[in-house]
Amino acid sequence: MQIYLPIAEVSVNAFLLLGLGGMVGILSGMFGVGGGFLMTPLLFFIGIPPAVAVATEANQIVASSFSGVLAHLRRKTVDLKMGTVLLTGGLIGAALGVVIFNYLKSQGQVDLLVRLCYVVFLGVIGSLMFIESLNAIRKSRTNSGPPKRKKHNWVHGLPLKMRFRVSGLYISVIPPLMVGVLVGILSAIMGVGGGFIMVPAMIYLLGMPTKVVVGTSLFQIIFVTGFTTLLHATTNYTVDIALAVLLLVGGVIGAQIGTRLGTYLKAEQLRILLALLVILVCAKLALDLLLEPSELFSIGAAGGH
Amino acid sequence: MKRLLLPLLMMIATPVIAEEVVLGLSQDQVAITADFDGSEILLFGAVKRESPILQEPPLEVVIAVSGPSGPLTVRRKERKFGIWVNTDAVEIDHAPSFYAVATSAPFNEAMSNVEDQRHSVSIPRAIRSVGAPMGIDDAQSFSEAVIRIRTNEGAYQVLENTVSVDQQTLFRTSIKMPANLTEGDYPTRIFLTRGGKVISNYETVINVNKVGLERWLFDMSRNQPLLYGLMSLAIAIAAGWMASAAFQVLQRR
Repeated sequence: MQIYLPIAEVSVNAFLLLGLGGMVGILSGMFGVGGGFLMTPLLFFIGIPPAVAVATEANQIVASSFSGVLAHLRRKTVDLKMGTVLLTGGLIGAALGVVIFNYLKSQGQVDLLVRLCYVVFLGVIGSLMFIESLNAIRKSRTNSGPPKRKKHNWVHGLPLKMRFRVSGLYISVIPPLMVGVLVGILSAIMGVGGGFIMVPAMIYLLGMPTKVVVGTSLFQIIFVTGFTTLLHATTNYTVDIALAVLLLVGGVIGAQIGTRLGTYLKAEQLRILLALLVILVCAKLALDLLLEPSELFSIGAAGGH
Repeated sequence: MKRLLLPLLMMIATPVIAEEVVLGLSQDQVAITADFDGSEILLFGAVKRESPILQEPPLEVVIAVSGPSGPLTVRRKERKFGIWVNTDAVEIDHAPSFYAVATSAPFNEAMSNVEDQRHSVSIPRAIRSVGAPMGIDDAQSFSEAVIRIRTNEGAYQVLENTVSVDQQTLFRTSIKMPANLTEGDYPTRIFLTRGGKVISNYETVINVNKVGLERWLFDMSRNQPLLYGLMSLAIAIAAGWMASAAFQVLQRR
C-alpha cells in the first residue's frame, strides 16, 4: 500500500514503514536507545529527504520511548530522580553544544570532524563494553560465589550527596550532572538523541544497575526528542506527521516487545548485545568514510554548505 | 494607450503561421491524494493548417513537460588522507524537479542544436548553472551528475520515438509522472518541427496540487507550525500510552 507523504513529498510503502518502526522500537525498549542512529540512514535509503528524516525521527522516538518508559515504570525500573538530574545537565549541555557547533561550523569542515569523533567515540565505547561484559559473563560461569562488593572510587568522595533509591546509589549530584552536560553537548554536535552515550555512561561512570539504566535513559530521551521535534516543526517545517504516524505505530508496539525481551536477558547479556550494536554502527560509519562511494556526487538543497 | 497598441501591432507584424498546434490533455490537473501512486498524462492534438501538407521534410513533434525549478547544491566527494569527504560544491541556479522530453524521432533529427539552444528543450539545456566557483574547472561534470542521478530516479526522462504522428496531422503521447511528484505548475511545451527547425510552438500548464488531508496537513505545518508540532507530540504520546495499555490488558489475560 503506497502512501504519499505531505511534507516529504515522496510516496512510500506503508507496511515497510510499519516494519521499520517496529524493529527500531524493539531495540529502543531493550537497550534504552532512541534508535535514530539506525532509523535515519534507513529513511535516507528509501528516499526521504535527510532534513525530514531527522526531524520526523525525533517525533517517532518520543512515542516509542514513552511506550517503553510506561512499561519500565510498571516494573519500577525507572529512576525518575536520576533521570531529572541527567535531563537538567542534558539541557545545559545541549545549549553549550549549539554554541560549540556554530563555532566549529564557522571554522569549516564540521561535518567531517563530527563523523570522525563519532567513529572514534563509538569504537572505544563499544569495544570497552564488549570486553567488560565478556569478562563478566566468563566470571559468572566459572564461580557463582558471593557477588562483588560495590567499588568505591573518586566519584564517591564528592560533596552534595543525594540518595537515588531506585538505583540503590548514594552519590554526589555532580557526576550525573556532568554526564548529562557531556551527553547534551555531544548530542547537539552530532545530532543524535544520545542514548548510545548515556547508557554506557550510566553503567560505568555512575555505577547504576543495568536494568534501571534502560528505563531512565528512555525517560530523559522523551524530553530531549520532544524538544527537538518542536524545534524542527517551528523552524524548518520538516516534521512529516504522516510519516511519523506510520513509524510510531510500529515503534510503540516494538518498544513493548523490546522491554519484555529485555527482562529475559541477564544484565551482562544485555550489555554485550548493546556493545555489539555500538560496534556495528561504528563499523558502518567507518566503512562509509573508507570505501569509495558508487556515486561521488550528491544533490543537496541550495544554500547549505 | 501605447501599452495596448504595442502587442496589437506585434500581432499584426508576426508572419502568418502556416501550421499550428491544437492540443488536448487527458487532464490538466493532477491531484495528489494520500494514496497517490504516480499519474499518466495523455497528450494529444492536431496540426491546424490552411495550406496543403508539405511532404518534405516530414513534420516532427517534440513535447517537453517540466516540473517546478529551483536552485541546487551539488557536492563531490574526494579521497583525502584515506577517507572520502565532500570537497567541491557547485551551485546549480536552475534545475527542474521533473523533466520529460518526448519526441516523434530521435531528438537530434527532430530538433537541431540551434533550435534546442534557443528554446532550451533537451535536458542538459533545461538545467542552468551560471558559473562554478574559482578552482573548479570541470563544472560540467556537476550538472552531468544532476542529470545522471535524476535520470536513475526516473525524474528525468528522454522518450525518443514515443510521440506517434498520423498523416502529419494527429499526434499523441503519454507521459508517466512518478509518485514522488513535487507540487506546483508544470509548464508543458509542444514544438512542431520540420527539418530540425521549429515552425510552431504551444505552451500550457499542468497543475499538480495536494488535495484533501495532504493539503490540510501541509498548510497547517506552514501556517501554524507550533500547533502542528504540538499535535505531532500529542499523537506520539497518545500512541505510546495506548500501546502500553493494550499490552497490559493482553498480559492480564
